[in-house]
Amino acid sequence: MTEMRSRLPRIVMLATALAAFVLLASWKGVWEWLFSSLYPNQVNYLYPRVGLWILTWQHGLLVSVSSGLSILVGMGLGVLVTRSFGRDFLPAVNSLVSIGQTFPPVAVLALAVPSVGFGAKPAIIALFLYGLLPILRNTVSGLQTVAPAVREAAMGMGMTELQALWRVELPLASKVIMAGIKTSVVINIGTATIGATIGAGGLGAPIITGLASDNTVFILQGSLLAALFAVIADAALDIVEYRFGLEKQ
Amino acid sequence: MITLGNVSKRYGKTWAARNLSFTVEEGELCCLIGPSGCGKSTTLKMINRMIEPSSGTITVAGTDVQDVPAERLRRSMGYVIQSIGLFPHMTVLDNIRVVPRLLHWDDTRSKKRARELLELLELAPDTFGGKYPVELSGGQAQRVGVARALAADPQILLMDEPFGALDPISRENLQNQFLAIQKELHKTIVFVTHDIDEAVRLGSKVALLKEGSLVQYAAPEQLLSSPANAFVKKFVGLDRALKRLSRLLAVDFLHPANSVERRVAPELLEAEFRRLEGSDCARYLWVTDEHKRLVGWLDGNIKTGSKVNMFEDLVEIDLADMSVRPDSSLKQALAMFVQQSVVCLPVVDDERRLQGEIRLADVLES
Repeated sequence: MTEMRSRLPRIVMLATALAAFVLLASWKGVWEWLFSSLYPNQVNYLYPRVGLWILTWQHGLLVSVSSGLSILVGMGLGVLVTRSFGRDFLPAVNSLVSIGQTFPPVAVLALAVPSVGFGAKPAIIALFLYGLLPILRNTVSGLQTVAPAVREAAMGMGMTELQALWRVELPLASKVIMAGIKTSVVINIGTATIGATIGAGGLGAPIITGLASDNTVFILQGSLLAALFAVIADAALDIVEYRFGLEKQ
Repeated sequence: MITLGNVSKRYGKTWAARNLSFTVEEGELCCLIGPSGCGKSTTLKMINRMIEPSSGTITVAGTDVQDVPAERLRRSMGYVIQSIGLFPHMTVLDNIRVVPRLLHWDDTRSKKRARELLELLELAPDTFGGKYPVELSGGQAQRVGVARALAADPQILLMDEPFGALDPISRENLQNQFLAIQKELHKTIVFVTHDIDEAVRLGSKVALLKEGSLVQYAAPEQLLSSPANAFVKKFVGLDRALKRLSRLLAVDFLHPANSVERRVAPELLEAEFRRLEGSDCARYLWVTDEHKRLVGWLDGNIKTGSKVNMFEDLVEIDLADMSVRPDSSLKQALAMFVQQSVVCLPVVDDERRLQGEIRLADVLES
């Protein structure tokens, strides 16, 4: 019973956000209907150059590639620096990744473009660096909260390092790691809008165009859809977390 | 079964273990004991290579532990630690099945085994099997810890202060249960403790360590009766004579008892008293019913001058206050001698049948 109750709001949330997203992205008339009275002087109520679904697809690609890399590298580094052989590198890796996050993504874009050119690549590099910290930090703190006695028992039972990590440490740290992944992905979805400035497309494109042409509806189109995207991703990750029973402990 | 040869472990300038050499025979329960920092835990952990010795060799069943991959070695030994270390994300059954699964047992076999072990440790499998460790009390959790160590039926158990964190009552319960299990299973056990009473109670051998060196390695009786030096004497405490008594059993000091049946003829009773005169327990003539069950005693001292009358002079006995079981310790018996101010106690079995008597003089001389 309690399971059902705690799960229901998440599903409702996900369904509502999804419905709103589909509505806003597919039904062109809705924008005109919503904003014609607010901004009567606007000529265009819909970003004209590329369809919203294509922008969404581009956005999703930027986010999933960069977040995927962040998860892979963040968790990998987190695991390495909590092993006995990697413990010495913990402070170094920590500060390196902190720099990655304090460095503004816009600056990373500016620096990356000359070497890798315009398009999705520099955006992915910037987003990857920006999303690394929450995942790494949570992986490390999640693994560090595993009681030494539990680790000792795992080794004493005859688990190899890898078995202890896979069967005991990661499952126990999973909740904290998952929280880091959620934070990272949600931030990433918002930040990915800057990709439009260097031709990576995505939901940032209407925002940038709207800013340039003083079209508030365009700006709202991009930001509303990006915000809904973030809500959907968060709720979906929640459900993934639930499905794998990570909340059980 | 387990042999340490000149094993040492150094941390910088301090020795956690210094030239340790001793053998734990098969089926023996060896208690490693000593003040904190004496290296007893380190010694234990060197056996399953949780800690690698700086020098020396450890062999288990004739094989040098260094010749076996550490994981395989550990899977062949049960390991119980004070902080228990149950895996919080696994149910009790899954916790017990950890080693069988590492050894690739099939699921039905490992589940069956886990349930058997829960029963052995008096935890109902249906109630406890599906619980998570947070739902268990300290005593229950350590029972699961012991079950987990026994899961793959290892010949050797390594236990690092397993009952140290429990309250005195759970600890005693678990000790009793553990002794009973060991009587049945005959594992070779190395058991670290800082509690001399626990060591004397459980151990068939006790290794007393001090600053990494072995001070005395002997059966507990011997440790208590002939301590090797002043340190041992001090460590085992001033009441070591009493502690020794806790290992001696009444059954080993049994004397045949003088007894009559309740419905004995008066003249035979007289004769019985005359026969008793001069013996150690002359004062006590135990009285039983027709099934040899103890009901009371007659006082030999009142017989002079007056005729003993079975019905007037019979002192009935409350068995809880004045009798011992064959497997009672002499320590318990001594308490009863003092409490009742008597010099003889009857020994009765589970069915209240008189088995014999024990005498205070024997306890004092033991």
